[in-house]
Amino acid sequence: MQKQLLLGVEAVARGAIDAGISGVYAYPGTPSTEITEYIQESRVAIARGIHRQWSANEKTAMESALGMSYAGKRALVCMKHVGMNVAADCFMNAAVTGINGGMVVVAADDPSMHSSQNEQDSRVYGKFALVPVLEPADQQEAYDMTRHAFDLSEQWGLPVLLRVTTRMAHSRAGVTTAPPNDENALHYPEDRRQFVLLPVNARERYRSLLGKQPDIARESDASPCNRYTDGEDRSLGIVACGIAYNYLMEVFDGRPPHPVVKVSRYPLPRKMIERLAAECDRLLVLEEGYPVVEELLRGYLAKEPVAGRLDGTLPRDGELDADRVAAALGIPRRATTMDVPGIVVARPPALCAGCSHRDVYRALNEVMTAYPGGRVFSDIGCYTLGALPPFQSIDTTVDMGASITMAKGAADAGLSPAVCVIGDSTFAHSGMTGLLDCVTEGTPVTIIISDNESVSMTGGQDSAAAGRVEAICRGIGVEEAHLRVLHPVPRNHDELCRVIRDEIEYPGVSVIVPRRPCIQKASRDKKKQQRTP
Amino acid sequence: MKTDIILAGVGGQGILSIAAVLGSAAITNNLYMKQAETHGMSQRGGDVQSHARLSDRPVYSDLIARGTADIILSVEPMEALRYLPYLKEDGYVVTSSAPLVNVPDYPPLEALREALEALPRRVIVDAEALAREAAGNARASNVVMLGAASPFIEIPFEYLERGVIAIFERKGDGVTDMNLKALRAGRQFAREHAG
Ligand SMILES: Cc1ncc(C[n+]2csc(CCOP(=O)(O)OP(=O)(O)O)c2C)c(N)n1
Repeated sequence: MQKQLLLGVEAVARGAIDAGISGVYAYPGTPSTEITEYIQESRVAIARGIHRQWSANEKTAMESALGMSYAGKRALVCMKHVGMNVAADCFMNAAVTGINGGMVVVAADDPSMHSSQNEQDSRVYGKFALVPVLEPADQQEAYDMTRHAFDLSEQWGLPVLLRVTTRMAHSRAGVTTAPPNDENALHYPEDRRQFVLLPVNARERYRSLLGKQPDIARESDASPCNRYTDGEDRSLGIVACGIAYNYLMEVFDGRPPHPVVKVSRYPLPRKMIERLAAECDRLLVLEEGYPVVEELLRGYLAKEPVAGRLDGTLPRDGELDADRVAAALGIPRRATTMDVPGIVVARPPALCAGCSHRDVYRALNEVMTAYPGGRVFSDIGCYTLGALPPFQSIDTTVDMGASITMAKGAADAGLSPAVCVIGDSTFAHSGMTGLLDCVTEGTPVTIIISDNESVSMTGGQDSAAAGRVEAICRGIGVEEAHLRVLHPVPRNHDELCRVIRDEIEYPGVSVIVPRRPCIQKASRDKKKQQRTP
Repeated sequence: MKTDIILAGVGGQGILSIAAVLGSAAITNNLYMKQAETHGMSQRGGDVQSHARLSDRPVYSDLIARGTADIILSVEPMEALRYLPYLKEDGYVVTSSAPLVNVPDYPPLEALREALEALPRRVIVDAEALAREAAGNARASNVVMLGAASPFIEIPFEYLERGVIAIFERKGDGVTDMNLKALRAGRQFAREHAG
C-alpha cells in the first residue's frame, strides 16, 4: 500500500479513526490541534458521523469522552500538555472508575516551549494516575500505537495516555495505514457501581487499579513498543525514550555500538532495564522533557552510575536534538563553519496588521496613562502578543482564565483599577466561573472580552462562546448598564477610550466587549467559500 | 542519496507549500522523507523554519543537525542568514532577495546584500520579478525558489515537476502550468547565477 505523508498528529488522528472511535473530544492547543482538525475533515469520520466538534475546554472534553466510553464506545481525547492540568480531575478519577469502551488521552507536550507557558512532561500524569503510557518515536509508530492504545485500554479497563512531543507531532513522514475497525456497539457497564465513586466504591476500585499494576508493568517487557538491542561496547548502556531514540540513531547512523533499550511504553520494561544495568558499566538516559526515567533509575542508593538530564550530561531543560545527544555521548560532531552574522535581528511574532486586538490595546494604553496604580491582567491567546512592543499593555499571562480571577484577587488586595483582557474562547474555556466570583462579590474589576469570534492563536477554530458572550454575562449577573459592546476600528478610537474610562470609574463589575471578526479567519472563510461553489 | 534542506521564511510567507511539493516528490518515488514544521505562535509574522530531509535510506531525526544541511532555502534574505550554523561546509544558500521588514531594527539593506554576497556558495533570486516574468504571477515566487534550489537537490528534476503537478492539480490547469513555469525558471536562473 502506498504510504501517505502525514504529520505525527495526523497519524494519531488516522490511527484513532481506524481504531473505530465514535468520537473525538478536544480543545485546541499547539501541538495537538491538527488531530481533531484531521478527524473533522476525514471522509470516514464524516460518513460514520463520528463526534468531532470542539469542546469548551479540556475538562469538558475528557468528561464527555468518559461518558462515551461509559456507553461502550471508543473515544479519543486530545489536548496540549497544559490542558492536562485543566482535565486532571477527570483524568485521575477515570483511572479509578476505569473505562468501558476504549479511551485514549493524547497529551501533546511542547519541550522548549515553542508555543507554551511551560514544558511540563505528561508522562508524570500517567504515572500519577497509574495508567499505561505510550510514547511513539516516529509517525508510523504514532499511527500503530494509537490503534494499539485502544486495545490496551479495553484489555486493562483503563484510560491509556499517549504522549507526543512537538517535533514528532509537527513533522511529516510516510505512514502505512491498515483498514479501519468497525465502531463498538452501544453496551453499558456490567457493574452499576463502577462509575459511582462514593468512598465505599472508590476504595474498592482503587484497590483493583493497584492490583493491576504488577501485570501492567510485566507486560511492558513483552510489549513490541519496547525493545532491547544488543551492542558490543558495554562500557555504556542507553535508555532511549520516545523521539530521543531517533536522535540516537541519527548520531550512530542507525547502528549504535552500545546496548540500547528503546522505550515507548511505560511503566518501564523492568527486565530489559535490569539486563542493561547488569551488562553495562554505566547508563545514559535519553528522554524528552523531565528526567522521569532517570530519576526512577537513580533511586537513592543507585550503585549504577546513571547519566542524563540530572547530572548535567544533557541540559535539564529544552528539547533534545542530535547535537545534544552526540555531546552527551562524547561524540564529536561536524563543527559548524558559519555563525549567525551580527546583522540578523530577532523577529518576534506580532499581532496582524488590522487585527481588532490592536484597536483595543491602543485605546487601553491611552486610558491607562491616567492610572499609574492600575494594572492589566491578561490571558492566553493572540492578544497575549500585547505584552510585546509596540503595545506592552499587559502585566500578566499565566493560565487560561487566570486574567479575571487574578484581577479579582488583586482588586481584593486594593489594587486599582484592576483591568482584565481576555479572549472570547478563553472566556468560554474558563473565564466564566471567575466572572461569577466577581459578580457574587461585586468586585471592582473592568473586564475586556476582546471578541474576534474565533480561537485565533491556534488557527481560527470556532469559539464556544460565539454569538453568546452577552447572554452568558447577563446570565451570570452582569448589570446591563455595565455590559458594553463596541466595534473596535480606528475611527471609533475615542468612543473606545471613553467607554473604557467610564467603566474603570465604575466601582463594580463591568464587562466591555469590543467585537470584530479575526481578519485571518475572515479571509480563510472567504477562500473556503470560493472553493466550494 | 540524501539532501537535508532548511526552509526559512517569515510566518505567513507560505514556506510550507515548498515543503508540500518536496514531500509529494519524495513519497511518490518511495524515498524516505521527514519534514518538521513550525506551527503555532511564530506563525504570526515571526521567523519560521522547516527542516526537510530526503533520502533513499531511513531518516531518523526530524531535525537537521548543525553543520550538516545541504541547502538553506529561504524566501526572505535576513532569514537565510539566521540558519547559517546549520549549513555544511560546502552547502548552498538559496534565497529570495526581497526583504520583509516587519521589525523596527531590520538591518540596512546594503549590509544584508553584502553579507549574502560574501557567502561562498549562494543563489540570490529576485523571486517575485522572476515569477512575474516567467509565470505571469508573483504568487508563484515560492515555487521559483524551489526551482532555484533544485540543482542542489539530489533527486531527478521530473520528481519535483510531478510534485508541483500533484500539489497544484486541484487548483486547475492554469495554476499548475504557472507553477511549472516558475519551477523551471528558478532552475534556469540558478544554473546561470550560482556563485
Ligand atoms: C489549558 C490550555 N489549553 C489550550 C491552550 C492553547 N491556547 C492558547 S491561546 C488559545 C486560544 C485563545 O483564543 P481566544 O481567547 O479567543 O483568543 P484569540 O487567540 O482568538 O485572540 C488556546 C486554545 C493553552 N495555552 N492552555
